[in-house]
Amino acid sequence: MSAGSLTILVIDENSIRASIIEAGLRDAGHRHVTVIHDVAGIARRIAEIEPDVIVIDLENPNRDMLENMFQLSRAVKRPIAMFVDRSDQASIEAAVDAGVSAYVVDGLKKERIKPILDMAISRFNAFSRMARELEEARSELENRKVIDRAKGILMKSRGLSEEAAYTLLRKTAMNQNRKIAEIAQSLVTAAGLLGPLEGE
Amino acid sequence: MSTTHEITAGFMPLFDSAVLVATGEMGFAAREGIELKLQRETSWANIRDRIAIGHFDVAHMLGPMPLACSLGLTPLASDTIVPFSLGLGGNCITVSNAVWDGMVANGAIPDLDPARAGAALGALIRERSAAGREPLRFAVVHPHSGHNYELRYWLAACGIDPDRDIEIVIVPPPFMADALAAGRIDGYCVGEPWNSAAVAAGTGRIVTVKALLWRNSPEKVIGARKAWAEENPEALAALLRALHHSARWCQDPVNRGELAALMARPAFLGQPEAIQMPALTGRLQLGGGVERSVEDFFLPFDKAANFPWKSHALWFYTQMVRWGQLPHTPQNLAIARDCYRPDLYRSALKPLGVALPGANAKVEGALKVATPVGSAGASLVLGPDGFFDGQIFDPDQIDAYIASQISA
Repeated sequence: MSAGSLTILVIDENSIRASIIEAGLRDAGHRHVTVIHDVAGIARRIAEIEPDVIVIDLENPNRDMLENMFQLSRAVKRPIAMFVDRSDQASIEAAVDAGVSAYVVDGLKKERIKPILDMAISRFNAFSRMARELEEARSELENRKVIDRAKGILMKSRGLSEEAAYTLLRKTAMNQNRKIAEIAQSLVTAAGLLGPLEGE
Repeated sequence: MSTTHEITAGFMPLFDSAVLVATGEMGFAAREGIELKLQRETSWANIRDRIAIGHFDVAHMLGPMPLACSLGLTPLASDTIVPFSLGLGGNCITVSNAVWDGMVANGAIPDLDPARAGAALGALIRERSAAGREPLRFAVVHPHSGHNYELRYWLAACGIDPDRDIEIVIVPPPFMADALAAGRIDGYCVGEPWNSAAVAAGTGRIVTVKALLWRNSPEKVIGARKAWAEENPEALAALLRALHHSARWCQDPVNRGELAALMARPAFLGQPEAIQMPALTGRLQLGGGVERSVEDFFLPFDKAANFPWKSHALWFYTQMVRWGQLPHTPQNLAIARDCYRPDLYRSALKPLGVALPGANAKVEGALKVATPVGSAGASLVLGPDGFFDGQIFDPDQIDAYIASQISA
């Protein structure tokens, strides 16, 4: 049976991550993929879609509600169980570490689900890495801005060149075993408290 | 004392995680040589999964949850034991303004009396059913929770069939008040501050409380992965002593402000201090300007609140059987009986010379008034522990109890 014959539902409040997962599933040949961001009315959607596999992010606070619904709801015609294979502790751990869990219709063969879970794990990890890099880039930019302001304050108040101002910041940071951005932030804060040094 | 044990504990952002949070944040763990790493979670399912794969050694759990795990009722089930209870009481049942109006028309008054409120709700449900209206929808936080069982117990004792006459759904606690305001649910049973939140928003009325349904009854516990507990008996005993000191601190009215400020931090409950006060003082706003004080509303320490009574575990077990979650078999009963571990609690606290119950189980509902009990050394007061309908649960007569509820 081809990969494309499984119906997959992705529940993720993070729409960017959800589309990364969706793209991955489509690349792997899955044609019946539905993405839901909001769990309102989820029982009806599940009844309509009749998914074979459901992928959920672990941050979703509705996981308890969903698990209960999978077991009990009249909307769910076939019982859905968490994809757990006791013999494969490593992939359970990898899934939890990545922040994803998968639920499958009872009786579906493990070999058919494993690639989907593996793909979800790697895409979740890729997304986390991307989010982390983005955050690092953002704080790097913030740092550069605050360092520029601190240099400006030093140049103005002490009559230093830009290079000398930066050297002074770096030396102070090294002496105090702190980051340049922290020293710069302290200086900007202090300058703000001490008066309109920056012509504000 | 230098750190000799490193323990990772999961918790949910609920007020009754206070004893665990304060254990880490107020220095009680450090004094026992423990570095306690607290990790906030977003669902009970996550807590269960992380306990099972070893990310957490212990966790703040719903009282019936370790039973459900040990009995294999959940996915990724693992053997989990309960060496410590995080308190007694703390929950309320809240309904929408529309349901409250319907209950008032059927004789309810805002006095929190479970029998009167239940009779009024029953009359309203029959009225709605005769008019061909949809059944009311109530929410609880988890199928294996004190909330689910106490809501069902209350309804059934008032002649309402919780499976036929209403619908019960699962909603995460922080979403309860919003779901009620939006009309997605008509009522719910949840811990504080999520009842007071609906009252403060003007969208709900508190109709009764756990402390009146079953006085001094179990709620959240510390669940520990059995394998971890067996491999780390000293770390566990040190943790139980730290929890004990923390619980005593949390109970002391002098510390209420500091505790509320701690829990208000975004890393913990993340809710304003004012809205935590009903849980701390037992003074509840019921809605419509009515205030009531509830004795023993939530006890983090007093009345042997931290003792993991086997009779509490066994009552949860009877309710799992009653509502069809599990068949009553000698094997299941044995697993339930072994899940709560008063022996571990007792051996950890013995060196402190504090009052400890001598028995592992009690007849629930037998104490009509607060009763001093004989124990090693210092004095200890238990109870009252009555059910609102006057029933008694004798853990030695478990078959008869189960039979009486199923035939009822």
